[in-house]
Amino acid sequence: MAKLLGIDVGSTTVKLTVIDESGEIIYTSYDRHFSKVKECVLAQLKKLYHQYENDFRVAITGSAGLGIAQRCDIPFVQEVQASFIAIRKYYPQADVAVELGGEDAKIIFITGGSEQRMNGSCAGGTGAFIDQMATLLDVSVSELDELALRAEKVYPIASRCGVFAKSDIQPLINQGAKKEDIAASIFQAVVDQTVSGLAQGRKIGGNVLFLGGPLFFFKSLRKAFQRTLKLSDECAVFPDNAPCFISIGAALYANGGETISLDEVISRLEKIGGGDNVVYGEPLFASREEYDRFIERHKRNDLQFEDIRTYRGDAYLGIDSGSTTTKLILITPECKILYSHYQTNNGQPLEIVANKIKEIYRLAENRIAIRASAVTGYGEDLIKAALKTDFGIVETVAHFKAALYFNPNVDFIIDIGGQDIKCFKVKNHAIDSIMLNEACSSGCGSFIQTFAKAMNMDIAQFASLGLFAKHPVELGSRCTVFMNSSVKQAQKEGASVEDISAGLSSSIVKNAIYKVIRAKTPDELGENIVVQGGTFMNDAVLRSFEKETGKEVIRPAIAGLMGAFGAAYYAMQAQSKDVPIGTLLSPVELERFAYTSLSTNCRGCTSHCNLNILSFADGRKYISGNKCERGAGLKLKSSELDLYAYKYKALRAYGENAEEGKRGKVGLPLQLVMMEQLPFWATFFRTLGFEVVLSEPSSRELYFRGQHTVASDTACYPAKLIHGHIESLLDKGVDFIFYPCESYNIDEFDSVNHYNCPVVAYYPELLKANNERLTDENFVKPYVDLNSGRMAAKTLVKALKKYKVSYFAVKRAMEAGWEELHSFRAKLVEKANEIIYRATRDDIPVAVLAGRPYHVDPEINHGIDKLLVSLGFAVLSEDAVFERAAEVKVNVLNQWTYHARLYRAAEYVSRTENMNLIQLVSFGCGIDAVTTDEVNAILTKQGKLYTQLKIDEINNLGVVKIRLRSMLAAIEEQKSRKEHEGSYAND
Amino acid sequence: MRDHTQTIKTVADFRDDYPAFTKEMKQDYTILIPNMLPWHFEILKLVLETEGYRVEVLDNESREVIDEGLKHVHNDTCYPALCVIGQYINALKSGKYDVNKTAVLITQSGGGCRASNYVPLIRKALKAEFPQVPVLSLNFTGLEKGSSVPVTPKLLLRLGYAIFYGDNVMSFYNQVKPYEVNEGEADKVREECVSYVKALFEKGGYLKLKKHSKVILEKFKRVERKQVKKPKVGIVGEIYVKYAPLGNNNLEKFLLSEGAEPVVPALMDFVLYCAVNVLNDAKFYGMKSAATPLFALVYHFLVSRQSMLIRMVKKDGTFEPLHAFEHLRKCADEVIHQGVKMGEGWLIPAEMAALAETGTGNIVCAQPFGCLPNHIVGKGSIRALKERYENENIVAVDYDPSATKVNQENRIKLMLATAKENLEQNKK
Repeated sequence: MAKLLGIDVGSTTVKLTVIDESGEIIYTSYDRHFSKVKECVLAQLKKLYHQYENDFRVAITGSAGLGIAQRCDIPFVQEVQASFIAIRKYYPQADVAVELGGEDAKIIFITGGSEQRMNGSCAGGTGAFIDQMATLLDVSVSELDELALRAEKVYPIASRCGVFAKSDIQPLINQGAKKEDIAASIFQAVVDQTVSGLAQGRKIGGNVLFLGGPLFFFKSLRKAFQRTLKLSDECAVFPDNAPCFISIGAALYANGGETISLDEVISRLEKIGGGDNVVYGEPLFASREEYDRFIERHKRNDLQFEDIRTYRGDAYLGIDSGSTTTKLILITPECKILYSHYQTNNGQPLEIVANKIKEIYRLAENRIAIRASAVTGYGEDLIKAALKTDFGIVETVAHFKAALYFNPNVDFIIDIGGQDIKCFKVKNHAIDSIMLNEACSSGCGSFIQTFAKAMNMDIAQFASLGLFAKHPVELGSRCTVFMNSSVKQAQKEGASVEDISAGLSSSIVKNAIYKVIRAKTPDELGENIVVQGGTFMNDAVLRSFEKETGKEVIRPAIAGLMGAFGAAYYAMQAQSKDVPIGTLLSPVELERFAYTSLSTNCRGCTSHCNLNILSFADGRKYISGNKCERGAGLKLKSSELDLYAYKYKALRAYGENAEEGKRGKVGLPLQLVMMEQLPFWATFFRTLGFEVVLSEPSSRELYFRGQHTVASDTACYPAKLIHGHIESLLDKGVDFIFYPCESYNIDEFDSVNHYNCPVVAYYPELLKANNERLTDENFVKPYVDLNSGRMAAKTLVKALKKYKVSYFAVKRAMEAGWEELHSFRAKLVEKANEIIYRATRDDIPVAVLAGRPYHVDPEINHGIDKLLVSLGFAVLSEDAVFERAAEVKVNVLNQWTYHARLYRAAEYVSRTENMNLIQLVSFGCGIDAVTTDEVNAILTKQGKLYTQLKIDEINNLGVVKIRLRSMLAAIEEQKSRKEHEGSYAND
Repeated sequence: MRDHTQTIKTVADFRDDYPAFTKEMKQDYTILIPNMLPWHFEILKLVLETEGYRVEVLDNESREVIDEGLKHVHNDTCYPALCVIGQYINALKSGKYDVNKTAVLITQSGGGCRASNYVPLIRKALKAEFPQVPVLSLNFTGLEKGSSVPVTPKLLLRLGYAIFYGDNVMSFYNQVKPYEVNEGEADKVREECVSYVKALFEKGGYLKLKKHSKVILEKFKRVERKQVKKPKVGIVGEIYVKYAPLGNNNLEKFLLSEGAEPVVPALMDFVLYCAVNVLNDAKFYGMKSAATPLFALVYHFLVSRQSMLIRMVKKDGTFEPLHAFEHLRKCADEVIHQGVKMGEGWLIPAEMAALAETGTGNIVCAQPFGCLPNHIVGKGSIRALKERYENENIVAVDYDPSATKVNQENRIKLMLATAKENLEQNKK
């Protein structure tokens, strides 16, 4: 009888377990493999030498173990299966096991019908996610854990994937939220993801076993799990051997296999080489000479320097407070660099900027007058408020300004920063269109950074490794999470770090070109391309870009400082000539500069925004996190020109003043189809003698309440939110919830068909199937087509059989419903007309926020309407204006009611002065993949700008704000150009 | 809205010009069709050829195909569109075809899912580099009138029969292949059968469905098989990734290599599903048109043929017959309403239920990443199915250009581990 050896090769670590003949675990080891999988396994195996006899029964497990096992001809066991085996042996009393690994999350339900689940391909969180977040906060993972233990509050952070979470966390950092609180929020996000993404309707309860490295090492994570699942200390089991648990299972699995010697295992392992499952690309440079020529060419685009220690005269300061990095530049009126600085902001952008300005003052020794300063980037508001710069400008404008300096003929600018990709097309010396990456495809610079850290290298070192890689791997061109798994696969196949580095560079470029810009051919980009942003400082990325586009581009040597330079350049041009010195804090004021930070909730309205209040030593305050002015302590701008607010309020009114109904209480969930048809159904049921109860207004909390019944986490947010509405109605004690399935929406006679989208049409089926509390009694979901009159009435009579309503009563109620729906729509249109009238009269730009009826829910649109109002727009909805349009013929099959409205709204906007269209797209809406291109085409054909905003559960308007402000800047630019042309014409 | 009938005065036309497939083109154009089901499509190709079309089934499946797809398709468009468009463009660029004498063909169901928009999506994708290539639609609902294959009763019949034969070959092959004693024998027989069927369409005789199906059955029966028990794994899901090896990373092959028997439901079920949805619309919503009785006729005819085939296979007793469609409908009623008719709709849970009933509780539910109907009928219905069928062991797998094979296979392996364990327990 030989000892048992289990080898678990995970995505980030290798674990080994030896079990002796008596079944006792006598050896375990755990090590990070830094992508050198084979070497790490070998090193650990070699440690076993001389400790035990040479013979073992061996099994391999783990996500990275499959390829190795196959090529070594050693038995393989799937990792969830392995942990299942171990659980049954060591913890037979467990009901559920939760296991988090490097890149996988798993839940095993043991009692009550055993079931094993793994995260889907889009939920790449967990261990790697925590690593990534620690990098973002610039702490080690154990420090992150420590920090979280001291937290006072938890912010909601999107937990679906790392990229999403990041865009929630970054603004928190920039707004100066406490690191402790952010850390705790990160762990909470992991818990939420596990509960919603994996449990999907099944309760995690009873004796719960927690396994895997992260759950073993991070106390805060354990606490968060225990708290969220409401587990007592007895019921939450954290085994001491949790990190190696799966390898124990593998060892147990090995029992019954053949005996092989350790020497044999090692020699088989040593022999395996690279596999053939990976696609390799061309090297970036064919030769050293080619590289030298490349470097020489790019050296030409440099700014000149001037010594700050001797220079005397005026200067202009530009600050770019980016998502992950902070940049400063001080220039002379001739655009010579006096001073520049670039560093990661370590979550403390304000300190860094303040310190650097102090340094500038020190170096300048009163010889230099800072005549103007400007700030741009995520931290714009904060820096401007704290340090009193003269100007705050949108990033897009800053970058455009900077590029213009380097090439006045520039027609295309691409900027890849830490977290964003920004591209602008330039026509007639003005920004013509702007493309920003969406939250989900942001395969940007910080990804390389995180990866470099995982490899124990700094970013420059890591990126330069790729320059001379012989076989760069093809890693796909989507989001970072997908790239992560591609990298994993490549590593498994034995790709070298060099090859991976080069592969990452090229996939970032491909992501930008094909996914963000969505160019079909490189020629679409233009002739005079300027590339910038910190990520392009890496020659490998630059080279990949040139190779992919087949063009020689300009990368200014200050590529990483272009935002700051643009700000400085802007400040120079914008400052009035007779201002001798700008508003920036003086050296004396700066010495006294200090602040304290406080986080709280706004009590201005029911949204209860998380507020961060910075109090400065001189008594000023800066408030962030608020969605409207009320939070900032200002008076709210009038919502009279906001149709979204009007409509939502009007819909909610149907839930007020409910009279008791003689037949019972019906609950209507106010989301998806109800957002359109509520006036009909509410009236229908009231006429029949039911009391109508509406679900609570949507909120993040409401979403969490229903989260455990969400079956598919890639569905759109409105759909996922409705789970909470159902819980809300059940808790309100209604007799039944009415939620119809409608393949066909109301026919508005302008599309080939009048379908609903599959999610809107059939979501009740999913709710019923995944919520234990719903029964045939309390959940009525008839298949009804409202256009069909008699048939619909019959269906409804049948559906309400229990309440014995007659056919004629239903008919009458339907008529009342129609009448109400018509009058509701008429009121909406009337209000829209009023807004249009006032906007025209007062010359206010109008934004048609075009999406779906359910986008009026403030939890879905996150207050974009309010933001627009605060930016000076009047806001309309697509369903209030589409009837003003002509019938629209489009290229695609126009067969959905709501989508037909989009095309028509776009047609109307395209030919109307002063009107702009912003399309709201829910993340995960597949049908909008079809509509967005069409709406875009309709608008651009008439020379209108097209702006698209993707919305999800992320509650962060930072990116949206940049977009809208850029749009505003572009609109104004267009306008002034027109006026210009107009005045020429008049000459 | 009902009283919304006020006529819209003007029409704004934003359509681009696309070449239509004209009658004359039939003479000398080569028509490319994507390969969804290798053996079915070989027979279907022949059927179209007997109609006078020059057809080529695409077999390019390299990484470049996916890359072309990525370049030409919107980010959020589903994976099948990406595969199909990638295949077209890759083929057109290959130099194998005269791009001025080539058209591409795609089927169109006209349902409420994105798939009905493949025709315009393909047009858009071709526009940049191959604006002269017409897109030809094959549909039975009257879409794309100017550029579709004219569907005659005769063509309909021949297509229907071709699918029946294809389903037979697929079903028997899948039941023989995992157990064959002499490696490659099942494949040889499959080749033989496909040639046999093709000859029927060329020379006539295909109408004797029962007789020839019996011949096919006998041929497969003669393949020597091992008496071992292997876990059966059903494949259901979105129509393209369910069947197409390019779409599902050779799922059937993978299952075979893992020692499982793949059970793939019939393509005819999807055809009948589409037909019955038209009838259901009439039943639920009173949406009747002139074509409704026609659909009913076709439906009942096909169902009767199907029952005949099932009886034949049952009587012989060697192989498990394919599901009877009327039975599938009953299975559907257990878990979901037949009103769910977009995408593959209620057919997916119905197949999962029917598979579980016939001892194939292990199921791969294949879906393109972010597929809308599949939220409801795939992932959304798993819980309800598990409540009803104890041995249901379902893994939902997302397919996507960047989802790695390792990731997918790892999840399938998890399902297989459970499957094998269940098999062991049943033995005891």
